[in-house]
Amino acid sequence: MADNVVVADEAVDLSRRKFLTNATIATGAVGAVFVAVPFVESWTPSERARALGAPTELDITKIDPGQMTIVTWRRQPIYVVRRTPEMVGHLQGHDGDLKDPTSQDSKQPDYAKNVQRSRTAEYLVLIGTCTHLGCLPKQRFEAASAEMGPTWPGGYFCPCHGSRFDLAGRVFKGSPASVNLVVPPYEYPNEKTLRVGADEKGAV
Amino acid sequence: MAAIHESPGAAPEKKGFLGWLNKRLPVDEFVKTQLTGYYAPKNFNIWYFFGSLALLVLVMQLVTGIFLTMFYKPGELTSFDSVEYIMREVDSGWLIRYLHSTGASAFFIVVYLHMFRALLYGSYKPPRELLWIFGMLVYLALMAEAFMGYVLPWGNMSFWGAQVIVNLFGTIPVIGPPLVEWIRGDYGIADATLNRFFALHVVAIPLGLLLLVVLHLVALRQTGSNNPDGIEIKKNLGPDGHPVDGIPFHPYYTVKDIFGVGVFFILFTIVVFFVPTFGGLFLEGPNFDPANPMSTPEHIAPVWYFTPYYAILRAVPDQRMGALLMGLAVVLFLFLPWLDRSPVKSMRYRGPISKLMLTLFVIAFISLGYLGLEPPSGLYTVLARIFAVVYFAFFLLMPIYSRASFDKTKPVPERVLFNAH
Repeated sequence: MADNVVVADEAVDLSRRKFLTNATIATGAVGAVFVAVPFVESWTPSERARALGAPTELDITKIDPGQMTIVTWRRQPIYVVRRTPEMVGHLQGHDGDLKDPTSQDSKQPDYAKNVQRSRTAEYLVLIGTCTHLGCLPKQRFEAASAEMGPTWPGGYFCPCHGSRFDLAGRVFKGSPASVNLVVPPYEYPNEKTLRVGADEKGAV
Repeated sequence: MAAIHESPGAAPEKKGFLGWLNKRLPVDEFVKTQLTGYYAPKNFNIWYFFGSLALLVLVMQLVTGIFLTMFYKPGELTSFDSVEYIMREVDSGWLIRYLHSTGASAFFIVVYLHMFRALLYGSYKPPRELLWIFGMLVYLALMAEAFMGYVLPWGNMSFWGAQVIVNLFGTIPVIGPPLVEWIRGDYGIADATLNRFFALHVVAIPLGLLLLVVLHLVALRQTGSNNPDGIEIKKNLGPDGHPVDGIPFHPYYTVKDIFGVGVFFILFTIVVFFVPTFGGLFLEGPNFDPANPMSTPEHIAPVWYFTPYYAILRAVPDQRMGALLMGLAVVLFLFLPWLDRSPVKSMRYRGPISKLMLTLFVIAFISLGYLGLEPPSGLYTVLARIFAVVYFAFFLLMPIYSRASFDKTKPVPERVLFNAH
């Protein structure tokens, strides 16, 4: 009868008990982290979203000089501007008013890391979402317009928080945006075609 | 053998069904400890209506929300149409939807007044720090809930509001851009974003909100309510063991609160029936157009309850700093119990500087709220910067100006001030 009674006064090894408790908690915590992985992973863009994010093409000869057209790539509007020589000329002379005139802190492929921020001076390709918080900057291409003031060289104005950019997407001082508009990777597979989302390095 | 547990020293045992019930569920005990035996200060004034009103609005949002989910179809192609379906074709659907959308703004009105009451009477001060923190967490959960709810109709302001707010996370160094993509589940605000916001809005956040409200109330029961004089009534107990300046919550304050509910419903239903969009403040005009990722509304402004913070965000000429200060503007409330060094709780017994700072803070908060609704312009940006400085000065200078050595306090009376009606 007494055989299966636990002896009450047997010394309890508290350090052993504490170690086992902590080891159990630690193992459980590691398990919880692993269990969280699939749930966290489920929020990343799905296979379908990634497939729909493939490069997109545009016939650039259909854009009139001085005009802008918008294509979508990865749900983002891509601004494609055919700049006139006059518009390219307006990129000079206001470097002192820009936050990042040489695009050191801004995002663009190496071939667009120049004054006009493009492969060729004529065509400008930008992701048309404000680098501040993602609104669509509106085109204000007319230089020295009544709305934008006599020193305005032409460019973009974001209606949400008032950021201003020039015709190369470079941000003016006094804007809430800190960096220039982003240039996506792009290439010209032939003279007439612009492909956004792919370049020499392949598709993004 | 022994009967089921009976509470010692309880009232004479009840017979019949209630007796049977009470042996199995502590109904009478709950009523006694939480309502009839819970003593609240007898000098509550009009500012003490808003806690119970917040609870009322919460219940109303849950009920109307459940009914809306019966007709709403989350999805890029279905959301906008299903909301129009509710508005035009579901019998009384318009009423349920307007109760829910007006309820969202009503929630913030009562919560802001509830928070102001705490600032006025020092209700966040020890021993109520945790009560205040739970309340602030309720407020934060409410902000997330309201933001995601506003995305669901998938109007154009839903879309662009989501775009702006989600991109705020992109300003975090290094992890920002991948974090934004993870939140959206796509390269832009998309179907995936809408569906996860729906799940969070109707399941996850309401559950968290309910838990936090329970914690808020449990913490309140532990410390007891503050009052307009900022006196701890538990320090002065009568011969019966109850505070001499306290009265039972039920029936005294249940009756008072029901009167407040009546007044609230008069005002609330006027808005629901006659001005449900409240001139674009409760529901903005661009949201009656479907979401269009290729067209930003001419002017993006969040719903009124976020505009004070939005004005601070816009006022800062650096995006990372702007997002940081915006977050700080919300989070600073959490630190009030430790920023406030005054020996007295209530503004009634504080010096003129504390009163002035609170007045300036309220002016700054309301002005920022107005400026956040307006398009950015030169003068308004300057004004927003001035009011933002006032806003932060209220918190950050508090450890200095709230000290009694700096701002002379008046003696606090022994008993609460109370004129019997």
